Formats: sequence, C-alpha cells, structure tokens
Amino acid sequence: MAPVLRLEDVHTDIGQYQILHGVSLDVPEGGVHVILGRNGAGKTTTLRTIMGLWKARRGAILFRGENISRLPTPDIAQRGIAFVPENMGIFGGLTVEENMRLATKDGRFDAERLARIHDIFPAIGQFWNKPAHALSGGQKQMLAVSRAIVERRELILIDEPTKGLAPSIIRNMIAAFREIAEETTILLVEQNFHFAKALGQTVAVIDDGGIVHRGAMAELATDVTLQSRFLSLSLEAH
Amino acid sequence: MTDTNASFPARVTAGFDRFGGVLWLPVLLAIVALLLIGQPSTWATLTIAGLAMGMMIFLMASGLSLIFGLMDVLNFGHSAFVTAGAFIGATVLAWLGFWVTGSNPALNVMGLLIAITVATVFGALAGWFFERVVIRPVYQDHLRQILITVGALIVAEELVLLVWGGAPIPVPRPAALTGSFVLGGVSVEIYRIFAFLLGLAVYIAMYLVLNRTRLGLLIRAGVENREMVEALGFRIDRLFILVFMAGSALAAMGGAMWAGYQGLITAAIGSEMMILVFIVVIIGGLGSIQGSLLGAILVGLMANYVAFLMPKMALASNMLLMMTILLWRPYGLLPAVKR
Repeated sequence: MAPVLRLEDVHTDIGQYQILHGVSLDVPEGGVHVILGRNGAGKTTTLRTIMGLWKARRGAILFRGENISRLPTPDIAQRGIAFVPENMGIFGGLTVEENMRLATKDGRFDAERLARIHDIFPAIGQFWNKPAHALSGGQKQMLAVSRAIVERRELILIDEPTKGLAPSIIRNMIAAFREIAEETTILLVEQNFHFAKALGQTVAVIDDGGIVHRGAMAELATDVTLQSRFLSLSLEAH
Repeated sequence: MTDTNASFPARVTAGFDRFGGVLWLPVLLAIVALLLIGQPSTWATLTIAGLAMGMMIFLMASGLSLIFGLMDVLNFGHSAFVTAGAFIGATVLAWLGFWVTGSNPALNVMGLLIAITVATVFGALAGWFFERVVIRPVYQDHLRQILITVGALIVAEELVLLVWGGAPIPVPRPAALTGSFVLGGVSVEIYRIFAFLLGLAVYIAMYLVLNRTRLGLLIRAGVENREMVEALGFRIDRLFILVFMAGSALAAMGGAMWAGYQGLITAAIGSEMMILVFIVVIIGGLGSIQGSLLGAILVGLMANYVAFLMPKMALASNMLLMMTILLWRPYGLLPAVKR
C-alpha cells in the first residue's frame, strides 16, 4: 500500500543553521508511527516542515502523492493534516468549546463525533464552557488532541504529547491514541520510549537531522542490541 | 482548579479578581477624585467629561490594540488616520452648512453622522492602501515597521498641510449638540453625552462581533497564536487586512469625533493624541478590546481630574498611571493572551 506521507531528502534551515540534512521517511496508512530522537535531533523541525510552518529548502513532501512542500500552512491543513504542537497551541483566552469550534470546518459540531471525544476525554465535556487557560497541563493536552480530531483527519502530527505529564495521564493518553488510530494515521514525535513502544507500529530514529534507523517498533522493542545502538545514541533515559 | 498553596499576594489577587478586579479601578479613581475635589457638582462635570474623552480615545485606541495584538505590527502611523478623520469630518460638516447649523435637530445630527461616516469610510480605504503599500513589506521586522510608519506619518501630516493649510481650522458643531443642560445641579455638555453614547455603541458592536461570530473567534484566536490559527486551516493574512482596515476606520471615526469636541483643529491633532492612545493600548493589554475600553476610561478620567487639581501634571499623571499599572501587571490590565 502507498504510504500516506513520504518525505524525500528533506533539508530544512532555520536562520543560518541547517537542521534537517536529507530526511527520508515513509508513513504507512493507519496506526501510530513514531519518530524517536534526543533533544535537538530534528524531530520538531520534521513535523513543522511537514506542516509548512518552516519551509523545506530542498526535497519533497508527498501527501497522498501530492508534493505539499511549497504549499502555505492553511492549504496543508485543509488537505486533512492536523498538528498538535509541543506547546499544545491552546488558545487560553477562549473557552474549551471555542477552541474546539475553531477546528470545525463550518463552525458546527458533528454530534456523534463530539460524543465520542467526550467518551475518550471526559474532561473536555466537564470543562466545556471554562476558559482554556484555567485547565491543567494534562487537560490542555487532551484539548489539543480533541481539537485535532473534531473533524475527520487523514493524518495527525503530534509533537511530544507526554512532555511534563503525570504517569497516570500518560496511561490514559495511550488508550486514547489507540482509539484515535483506528480511524486515522498518527505520526508521533517522542522522547519517551516506553510511551512510544506501547503505541507505535513503525519507528524512525532521528539524529543530527537525519534518519539513522527505520523499521518495525516490535523489532526495536525486543532487540536489545538495536536499542543500545540507537537509543543510547538518541534518547534520554526514561 | 483552585490552588490552596498559593502565595499570599496570589491569593489577594485571586480574591480581587473574583469581585470584579480591575473593572473597579475607574470607580476607585472617581472616589479618590471626589475626596480630593470636594465639590460634587464639579466632580460630576469632570467625570462626565472624562468618560466622554475616554470613549473618544477608545475609538482611536481599540483598532491600534487589535493591530498590535493580531498582526504584531508597531504602527506609529496610526495617528495619521486620526488626523485624516478629523479634517475630513470637519470638511464634510462645513459642506453640509445649513444641515449642521440650522434649527432642525434631526438634520443637525444627520449631518454629524454623515461626516463621521465619510471619515470612517475614508479611514477604512486609506487603511487598505496603507497595509498593502507600507505595512505588508515589513511584517516580522519591528525596527523597519517603526521607521517606515513614522515616515508615513510625516508624509501624511505634510499632505494634510498641503490640502488644508497650516492655519487652525474651525469645526462647526451641530446646533442640536451645542450647549449643555443642567441635571441635579450639574452642567452636562450635550456633545459629551453623544460622544459617550457613540463610543458605547461601537464597543457593544465590537464586543458582539468578537464574541458572537466566527470572524471574531478567529481574530481572538489570532491575537493569541497566529501560527496555530494557520495550522487549523485559516488564511490569517486575510484577517490582517480586515483588521487593519477596521482599526484605521475606527481611528478616523475617533478623529472626527475629537475634532467636533475640540472645535479648532491643526495637522498635529493626531500626533497630540497618540501619547494617550499608546498609554491606553499598553495599560489595557495588547489585542484586548475590553482592556482598551478600561484603559481609555481611566486615562480620560485621570486627564480631567488632574487637569482640574494640578493642571501642569495632566500628561505626567497618565504616564505615572501607565508606569504603576505596568509594574503591577506587566501585560496590562486585561490582556487578550491568558498566560
């Protein structure tokens, strides 16, 4: 099956620094796919480049076969790609309901979809009319993910959703992501290997702006040699 | 979500906010002024003048606040729209001659509304041109924004001098809005009431647009995080031009109203108001319409009370007000972005 997203030799610069040095990656249709890497390896840059927030200097980003690397961010989003940034991108001055409504196509909610979101993240319904700035870190993350799925998306890019969250909330997130991945493809960037291996079907390890390993997550999760080779290179201990 | 371990100052602030918080500041200021002034009738006249002045400053400041907040543009040329609005308003009032000065109150008010409308429409169109030609090339570059908008302001003021000359221009005030009436021993100027009501109507309209429409939702979200609005699929550049036109139109409307209030205008009318407008935008909180209204009322009241009590301290008092508020709340009284 053709991948939903393909990166071909993507180079991205930020200012005078080259961050991505020819990233090539296939994201298969459906399920959760993970990019692992240490701080500064290029994980966030990869997601932001896919989303068009930083432009690739060279290379191609093919979404369902169409090169989106030169498109403006809103056009990329309109093709069905949602983005949950590392800082969650919550609008603190807006209520939870307004944050969600903003992500709908025409300002109207699909009742069935909304009910499912409330099932996955009960806190969303509980704080529906509260200002988003009053939510806790975990609740904000739930809102950020809920906003990404309030409409059906082809692909969701999620940047380090477990950062700063308590273990109990991370366990809820794992269950939630499994459910979300039943209908869409998730490309997840993580440093937390235990979270990543609980969810991921495929994994790519990025270091110094290039992919140094790609394969099945099951293989990396069971192969101690591979782990010591790539994870000691790329990850902080978790 | 209540933090029981919060520090004492944090708990005091939380308690203060629970009872209306900063919204009580104008009331507090008015009470202090009453104690200092002593005469209730004088105090009431000054309070009405301060509220009217505050509403006119609100018209000029609210657009600038949105432009700052949403577009991150430091537009030092904003006062050019105030000046243009004042001169166009004055010119239309002069053209309408009999309508404005005649004995028919309906025609009087209609004449003023036409003048304000023409000034506002001109402000919107000039804003469109200004954003396209002057602002668009310097997005993301604050230093160039300051230089180019100050340059544009100088050019605009020179153009006003070229068209209207350097001599002060008298502004005919509609007969029905001239003079005052006495209410409970307090002399109330009619034009001030009109200015207050117009400012209030504009605030309500802006509030409804920002809080009850999808466009308003997008603007409020854009003020907080432009990038995320784009990542949700919206073209924020289209919002920019709309907000810039609205902000310029409001500045021109405020200029036209201020011209009628002053009675005699020069090309410096916009620049003279800009210090107060910037103070309002800063103390209110960037991108916050409620903050702009609160800041404008505080500045209007402070200017009038201090002008009566210590005339030489009138401008300095508002500077002190700004400094005090910024030391207390560095992001302004009602910032749009909740941290």
